[in-house]
Amino acid sequence: MPAAAADLGYRRRKLVDRLARGFCIGATALAVLPLFLVLYYVAEKGLAGVSWDFFTKMPMPVGETGGGMKHALMGTLIVVAVASAIGIPVGILAGIYLGEFGQGGKFGQVVRFSADVMAGIPSITVGLFVYAVVVLTMGSFSALAGGIALAILMIPTVMRTTEEMLKLVPAHLREAALALGAPKRRAIWRVAVRTAAPGIATGVVLAIARISGETAPLLFTALGKDYFSTDLGKPIATLPVQIYNYAISPYDDWHQQAWTAALVLVFMVLVFNLAARALVASRGAKR
Amino acid sequence: MKTLGTVALACTLALGGVALSGCGKKKRVSKGESGKTTTSSSSGDIDLTGAGATFPYPLYSKWMHEYNQKFPHIRISYQSIGSGGGIRQITANTVDFGASDAPMSDEELSKAPGKLLHIPMTIGAVAIVFNLDDVTELKLTPDVLSKIYLGEIKKWNDKALTDLNPDAKLPDEEITVAYRSDGSGTTAVFTDYLQAVSPDWKTKVGQGKAVKFPTGLGAKGNEGVAGQVKTTPGTIGYVELAYAIQTKMPVVALQNKAGKFVKPSLEGISAAAAGALATMPADYRVSIVNADGDTTYPIAAFTYILVYEEMKDATKGKAIANFLWWAIHDGQAMGPPLNYAKLPAEMVTKEEGTLKQLKANGQPLI
Amino acid sequence: MSSNESAPAAGRLRVRRAPWLAWLRRHEVNVGDGLFRMVTAVFAASAVVLIAAMAIELVMESTPSLSKFGLSFLWSSDWDPVAEVYGALPYIFGTVMSSLLALVIAVPIALGVAIFLVELAPRPLARPIGFMVELLAAVPSVVYGLWGIFVLAPWLREHLEPFLAHTLGWLPFFQGKARGIGMLCGGVVLAIMILPTIASVSRDVLRAVPAAQREGALALGATRWEMIRAVVLPYARSGILGAVILGLGRALGETMAITMVIGNRAEISWSLFKLGYSMASVIANEFAEATTDLHLAALAEIGLLLFGVTLLLNMGARILVWRVSRLPGEKK
Repeated sequence: MPAAAADLGYRRRKLVDRLARGFCIGATALAVLPLFLVLYYVAEKGLAGVSWDFFTKMPMPVGETGGGMKHALMGTLIVVAVASAIGIPVGILAGIYLGEFGQGGKFGQVVRFSADVMAGIPSITVGLFVYAVVVLTMGSFSALAGGIALAILMIPTVMRTTEEMLKLVPAHLREAALALGAPKRRAIWRVAVRTAAPGIATGVVLAIARISGETAPLLFTALGKDYFSTDLGKPIATLPVQIYNYAISPYDDWHQQAWTAALVLVFMVLVFNLAARALVASRGAKR
Repeated sequence: MKTLGTVALACTLALGGVALSGCGKKKRVSKGESGKTTTSSSSGDIDLTGAGATFPYPLYSKWMHEYNQKFPHIRISYQSIGSGGGIRQITANTVDFGASDAPMSDEELSKAPGKLLHIPMTIGAVAIVFNLDDVTELKLTPDVLSKIYLGEIKKWNDKALTDLNPDAKLPDEEITVAYRSDGSGTTAVFTDYLQAVSPDWKTKVGQGKAVKFPTGLGAKGNEGVAGQVKTTPGTIGYVELAYAIQTKMPVVALQNKAGKFVKPSLEGISAAAAGALATMPADYRVSIVNADGDTTYPIAAFTYILVYEEMKDATKGKAIANFLWWAIHDGQAMGPPLNYAKLPAEMVTKEEGTLKQLKANGQPLI
Repeated sequence: MSSNESAPAAGRLRVRRAPWLAWLRRHEVNVGDGLFRMVTAVFAASAVVLIAAMAIELVMESTPSLSKFGLSFLWSSDWDPVAEVYGALPYIFGTVMSSLLALVIAVPIALGVAIFLVELAPRPLARPIGFMVELLAAVPSVVYGLWGIFVLAPWLREHLEPFLAHTLGWLPFFQGKARGIGMLCGGVVLAIMILPTIASVSRDVLRAVPAAQREGALALGATRWEMIRAVVLPYARSGILGAVILGLGRALGETMAITMVIGNRAEISWSLFKLGYSMASVIANEFAEATTDLHLAALAEIGLLLFGVTLLLNMGARILVWRVSRLPGEKK
């Protein structure tokens, strides 16, 4: 927009504009830097151990090469699947309530605060809670308990992100739907949620990324296993726990395995991220 | 975008497929096959779970792998959640056996629903590691070591240190003391030793898996302390022997009860156990720090597996009992390559007697 | 059909009924609006139920400690598992300090990133950078801890901390010996860990601001930055606050990574170079090995206190952001 160029005030505003832009670019560079450093660190240490064996073999004891983490890979997939099956529906539906019905009332406020407080609970406390409620009741550690613990960690993120994204859907979209005769639930589900879908997907993706790497809650719920298992009612191995076990050991080849596992974990999340985005992009509303 | 997403979905499915392909694999116990057998659980398979101390994890995992090669239908899993965790889980009966570095106290034993037996499996030692430029050999007496950890000796070139090590180029710098921030058997053994050799330590700090260290920096886990010492010159710390050996850090030669300066070694550790044999109680709950003997390394301790004397399930019980029998006999040879010391022969004989006590439904399991 | 910018969603109303819905319609089952609302309310209530259940569980577990120490637990600095004396003040201080430090570092940078991604970045650059920021969330906390010990701490000890001591050493924040490990390292690692959450959610929030608002400001002669500051940010204020609170929550609850780099020393000091100890860390460190009832109760009580700290900090954050963004002409 061309404006009176000779205006001194305009020059100052332009300067502020440039500075602000510079700050944003600088901030991004600063943010991307540790990202590259950390990812590079993981890749550098982990790549050496990536092999077909890693994905298809079971672990070898110390000193013997050629082992893998097939059981932990499967375990992570299973536990994260269980967690998502619980966490995503609960999170999204609860977020819909908050965004659509819960804006004014007391109940909405209580729910919102609960979610925010839940976001701050240490993962180990959640693990211990699930231990007391699920593991002791069942009498055994289990993949199911692990999934439940991770679901609890997911819910606040998914819930609040859904709420905030729904709030940002302009009112006239919903009103247009209602004006066309759609019942409220349709206006919400088909219009508002669809519009907010990419943002909701971000919440889901962030939540899943985070829980995939959590160790503490799994230690007392899913425990771990040295064998391949898909049994939900029994202990199961998971990548983060294996990484932890191997990282704290004194042996170099186990350290190598731990780094490779970390790299694979990050890669798994990347793949999921891409898949989720593609899914939403193909079915959701275009901006 | 769409093609990328499709590729991503395909990758996920492929990954899951590859992992699942292991599900239906037949058992194969030939020499060429590496990795554990991957039979899905079928009748005849015995699945056992143990949990507890982190210190013996590498050795136990080796044992269980080897045992599974011998008896493919017996699958034993061990998870390291800490000695306290092991004690709690076996008390709550959520695992088949527990493992702990420090023996259970009377109070802890009274909480268990049945009689718990301690079975010593191997012996560990705590090494004192340090990081000083130009210094690779360091001698310390128990008194000096406790004073360093009490914060009373603050500098590397303190007179007490230079007297013991006249040839070493000790710098005029503050000693950074590293300790374990997480509760651990290693701390329990180390503080057990310190309180045995220093009345000051006993009154001011005491012994336990987690104590209030008067000075220094807390690092998480053995690897945390090792990492801290390795990356910061002027630091001293205590770690399980295996970490010192694997990371090739210089270790302190500590003066033992007999007055000799010894560095930790597998022989020195076994000697500590042998030295304590004479006064060994029947339940093996004993401390072997500062033991007698010329070659004894003073900071050593047993690590135990905890099992109920009376087992509910005869099949599982038999499997556990036989595994433990194998571990104290054939399994011992696998210890030294992994930096674990063998049990002295007399102890093995004693433990055979203890294992014979295990029973289910009134019938002995061995 | 309707106006230009966001019509497509409304236009899809008549497309593709799910088959199960058609079945229900044929059988004249009315899936009422009230039912929908009730279903979502039930799920929303589950969050409250969970929190209440966890709080109750923690209260039950911490009764021995509550009754023995009472309020002194909050201001005593003496934590001695051998003498069975417990006081939580250093941990409370450590958690609050490290989380606030993480926010102070992460929020401006995350907002800068979000603004960059939405407003300033060329299309082909925005997507990959956005992905990579989200990917930061996937790195396991153990890995952050290890990176912190082996890469960040030495760099802090050798470069940044001496620089800070040299230039700003008169401030109480930069006193003492530079060790690398310590409160500053913990704050930086936490900041990196919460950055993806705040940045990604803020990015989506900013993206959702309608074009009409933006174009209106620009039409009135605003510079890009003025448009962002005066129109986009206020519109997105609530969403950004939500993002910040999620980030704060993650910082408060983070266990593994911070334990590995904060030094684990129960000390209270304003200096960022000093070692500290956070509530989540002490629980994680001592829980596995704690065997006496009182020790376990004290740790449970710390978990309970963390609830309280989270609540207070959340309320504080809300008030702060509300105030700051309400005042006219105020920065940010």
